Amino acid sequence: MTTFLGSPTFHPGTGNIRGTESFPDAARKALTDTQLRANLGAATTTIRNKRIAAVAEVDDWEELRRAGSALKADVMARLPELLVQFEENVTARGGTVHWARDADEANRIITDLVRATGSDEVVKVKSMATQETGLNEHLEENGIAAIETDLAELIVQLGEDKPSHILVPAIHRNRAEIREIFLNAMPGVDKDITDDPRALAMAARAHLRRKFLSAKVAISGANFGVAETGTLAVVESEGNGRMCLTLPDTLITLMGIEKLVPTFTDLEVFMQLLPRSSTAERMNPYTSMWTGVHPGDGPQNFHVVLLDNGRTNVLADETGRSALHCIRCSACLNVCPVYERAGGHAYGSVYPGPIGAILSPQLTGTTGHDDPNASLPYASTLCGACFDACPVRIDIPSILVHLRAEQVDSERHGLPGGQDLAMKAAGFVMGSEKRFAAAETAAKVGRVLGGRSGRITSLPYPASKWTASRDLPAPPKETFRQWWARTHEDTTR
Amino acid sequence: MTARAEILSRIRSAIADAPAPEPVPRDYHREPASGPGDVELFAHTVDDYRAQVHRADETTVVEIVTGLIAEGKRAVVPPDLPQSWRPRGDVVVDRAPAELSTLELDAIDVVVTGCTLGIAATGTIVLDGGAGQGRRALTLVPDHHICIVRTDQIVDTVPQAFQTLDPTAPLTFISGPSATSDIELNRVEGVHGPRTLDVVIVR
Repeated sequence: MTTFLGSPTFHPGTGNIRGTESFPDAARKALTDTQLRANLGAATTTIRNKRIAAVAEVDDWEELRRAGSALKADVMARLPELLVQFEENVTARGGTVHWARDADEANRIITDLVRATGSDEVVKVKSMATQETGLNEHLEENGIAAIETDLAELIVQLGEDKPSHILVPAIHRNRAEIREIFLNAMPGVDKDITDDPRALAMAARAHLRRKFLSAKVAISGANFGVAETGTLAVVESEGNGRMCLTLPDTLITLMGIEKLVPTFTDLEVFMQLLPRSSTAERMNPYTSMWTGVHPGDGPQNFHVVLLDNGRTNVLADETGRSALHCIRCSACLNVCPVYERAGGHAYGSVYPGPIGAILSPQLTGTTGHDDPNASLPYASTLCGACFDACPVRIDIPSILVHLRAEQVDSERHGLPGGQDLAMKAAGFVMGSEKRFAAAETAAKVGRVLGGRSGRITSLPYPASKWTASRDLPAPPKETFRQWWARTHEDTTR
Repeated sequence: MTARAEILSRIRSAIADAPAPEPVPRDYHREPASGPGDVELFAHTVDDYRAQVHRADETTVVEIVTGLIAEGKRAVVPPDLPQSWRPRGDVVVDRAPAELSTLELDAIDVVVTGCTLGIAATGTIVLDGGAGQGRRALTLVPDHHICIVRTDQIVDTVPQAFQTLDPTAPLTFISGPSATSDIELNRVEGVHGPRTLDVVIVR
């Protein structure tokens, strides 16, 4: 993956959705970065509280969530006919539809479309799909400069960094760090600029203004595509989206095949669920919707590229397919105790947090125990906060458990592993009352190991494989059966 | 096999065994509009986003709009903006076939338009390129947008808005001025779109 780090390891067909090391290894490093943890902790606490207030204002929130969930399930069940209908309507109104099996194909199609315009520079609206395919690096390799225009994406791009959050890719950076990045990498920035967020935002405005007014080609993602009309929608805040979607002659939109809604009025559900879940606002400042080409208004050449890139893998899993219902609001990230501490980079994929933990491994498929994405379903405490926060009711905890089970089953071959042996031994001990009583007595030894804290933090091999990642509580003074015998002397069995 | 055929075939085999979906429950609030929406709520939600709210009637609109344009600033209006709404002073009309170029628009300070509707629940105004609104670049490039909303254009809820909008028109939903929350999640008003939004509610 390594998006902006100079030596990209490209994974054909998958793009930036698989890291290079397992979640536990990456998380261990992230946990030692106190600045990152402070930045993330402050940001997620703020947004968590705001979101609760924004949702509390809506007295039909649960009804909207159920409608959103059912709408998405309906889309998945009728996806072929809806995609064909969408294609017909985009085409009928002057747009052109392309289909891409994977990241490479999408990048090739878009590069060719840009080349055909004769332009060697494009302005970009923030888009998870283009991050997923690694489009910027691909364009770069082909001599086309891709300029990110969302402030957070710009911070990431100028900082030669990687995004760490779906909605706020630079959430891991604080104002002082952003000021440094601007001073180092933004041409023409005032050397005396302060770290006031307003001053920094205005510097970005000045930097990008000229680009917007002269750009000939723009690339965007899409929040929604409407099958019934061929309409596309981009939801944003800064106005960079409107600039890109309005001023250039050519607009190229990359959209995952799961982004469809059946009818235009179905947007009434998602346009209520999305803003309050993502930025905790009643409505985001700007939403643009366009249907094909509007003569005399906006881009006169419009292309939409429909992207599979593993989505059909996800769709094939009956339990896991609802991961595709995701509307990329990032509410699950902001409530997740694991994300808050480990940060977005530890997940390796452009989709971090709880949704990333179920989406990334399903998109890429996993190649065995050492595949970094195979570790993602374990990047969770299964506390369920993500399910509660999800505006389309994706049951993330159940899918995590399902993917863990699949992972374990896929490794059930050859010699039994340590866990298998431990479970077999436990089965043997628990199979007989005498053996169990003996084991309980033996377990008392553990109290000594626990010391005064009552926690066992390291055991010799092979038990060290367990205690390397977690502490073990020391066994209690008394077993349940001893307690029962002591407190129920009179009772007979 | 083309990419299109291959993707459609992959989807068909992926969902072959899927059960028929449940009907979508529509028990959220989606009552049709029964008259003009809640003007006071609209004024409150618009104000909450730090857009300035002003009240007028048909006879005072010009006065109020003109007063919002600072001394010496140039304004642009779409050709079909009602005469009674057109501000006095240095005003350019963006008339076909000689519409302003992007760079010409960039040299203009203020744009005055109407809208197609306002949503009270969220403080949103919606433009659809219809009467009095002009093309999208007009309300995007100048730094100050004055938008006139008639009280009879206000609906209460988001579903009421979607029930009346024309999906084939170029639609822009505007809720307050341009804003970002990308730096430590602090909201900063005014990034790339108009940094000042004045909403004039006309009785």
